[in-house]
Amino acid sequence: MVRLEKLTKTYKTGDQALKAVDLDIPEGQVLALIGPSGAGKSTLIRCLNRLVEPTGGKAWLGETELTSLSQGRLRKARRRIGMIFQEYALVERLTVMENVLSGRLGYVGFWRSFLRRYPQKDVDEAFRLLDRVGLLHMADKRADELSGGQRQRVGICRALIQDPDLLLVDEPTASLDPKTSRQIMRLIVELCQERRLAAIINIHDVALAQMFVQRVIGLEFGSVVFDGAPDGLTPDVLTQIYGEEDWEATIQKDEGRSSEEVEESAW
Amino acid sequence: MVMSVDHVQNLPSHSELKYMLGRRWRKPRFIKRSWLRWLLGVGALIYLIAAVMTVEVNWSRVYEGLDRGWKFVSAFTSPDFVSRGSDIWEGMLESLIMTVTASVVGIAISIPIGLGAARNISPLPVYLICRGIVAISRALQEIIVAILLVAIFGFGPLAGFLTLSFATIGFLSKLLAEEIEAMSRVQAEAVRATGASWLQWINYGVQPQVMPRLIGLSIYRMDINFRESAILGLVGAGGIGATLNTAFDRYEYDTAAAILILIIVIVMAFEYLSGVIRARVQ
Repeated sequence: MVRLEKLTKTYKTGDQALKAVDLDIPEGQVLALIGPSGAGKSTLIRCLNRLVEPTGGKAWLGETELTSLSQGRLRKARRRIGMIFQEYALVERLTVMENVLSGRLGYVGFWRSFLRRYPQKDVDEAFRLLDRVGLLHMADKRADELSGGQRQRVGICRALIQDPDLLLVDEPTASLDPKTSRQIMRLIVELCQERRLAAIINIHDVALAQMFVQRVIGLEFGSVVFDGAPDGLTPDVLTQIYGEEDWEATIQKDEGRSSEEVEESAW
Repeated sequence: MVMSVDHVQNLPSHSELKYMLGRRWRKPRFIKRSWLRWLLGVGALIYLIAAVMTVEVNWSRVYEGLDRGWKFVSAFTSPDFVSRGSDIWEGMLESLIMTVTASVVGIAISIPIGLGAARNISPLPVYLICRGIVAISRALQEIIVAILLVAIFGFGPLAGFLTLSFATIGFLSKLLAEEIEAMSRVQAEAVRATGASWLQWINYGVQPQVMPRLIGLSIYRMDINFRESAILGLVGAGGIGATLNTAFDRYEYDTAAAILILIIVIVMAFEYLSGVIRARVQ
């Protein structure tokens, strides 16, 4: 589904954010990308939809090679890649509906979007998605009237209404409380399963990642240093990714507890 | 996540703390070298005194002038709206037409130039051209432009209208561009990530963020344009300024007072209007 081949990004400052990353993601797989700040997590997912231009290597989404696309084709490819942002990144002065419908911008013409006259099918889908995340009654509220968790749900609707094949998720829970964080993660994972979507989730919360995903990639200084199942994250592996620490309290303890009951102190 | 190790490492050494305790603390000086700080301070003071001393004041002329000044001020107690009523009416109307048309045209041109002059959304060549236009518009003072345009188009409101449109471009484009440069990047990025075209991106990602400021600035510029239109009449570019100039030339201070009062009232009305609109567009 998604294949990275020696994907490299060197910033103008000379910082190598990604060092020839190779990665293969099959259809429908939800993958967590962990690593310390500055490891290149954000850069990696932004290179896929080219909000950041990669400086080397290749990236495939299905049959499409993304790094060499012209502007017009890039727009078409971006429609197939939904993105969910840290701090939600809703356009605050637009309504919830406008924010959700903005996910259709790649499909509708300028005048339709300018006059907010979306095809009824898009409007219905927006209503359906808002209902799915429990925000239908908020449709005409302005985005800045919503709480953090609600905003992130709208962000999820905006990404899904694109009808994407791949979801890029950048620190979805970074500014949410522990309970809301889990709800949002659960929602994202559920929706991915419903729609057989592949997803790359950047997340700094290791315990949360372990709870919800099938596969974890550890990134350090722009290189993949771990690739495996969540329970492969031993203290040694975490030390390799993040550096020396006491990791016992962070790692998910599964004996005798469901994954929902991991100590809150670890957050 | 687990902080204990870091905490221990970050503690300052105790010998350093012992040395610091009991010592005075002051905000570090902006200019560290004390001799330079004093030199600049004393130098500035001497320059100020010398500069004031070069201004010559002819006190006997001031004494005579006080009388004339008083006449002008006291005219405000008996403003004459009537005897030149039709001139005032025509002048006001001309000024308002000039103001509104110049503001509309100026704002319409300012928006694309403002977009182009914002470094975060425009490529370098476009940015340089737009900044160049802004710089030219801002460098040429209204009066100078008006004199030039009166020379080209002759006396009357056309020259005034063009002058104010031109001045609006410099003002509004610059401030709009700065507002765009200060917008939240990630909100705009999110819209771009959906596959939006450039125009859609501006409409959804940028415009909502800068709209309140754009509206506020537009009304403020309209207010400035109205006040400027009173000045432009002095160089023959039409409007109420022409009427005001005539009133001064004829020593009709009561008519001049009436005109000034009207200008103040209209500016205050703009101010009120701007408050109402800005409260609604948050």
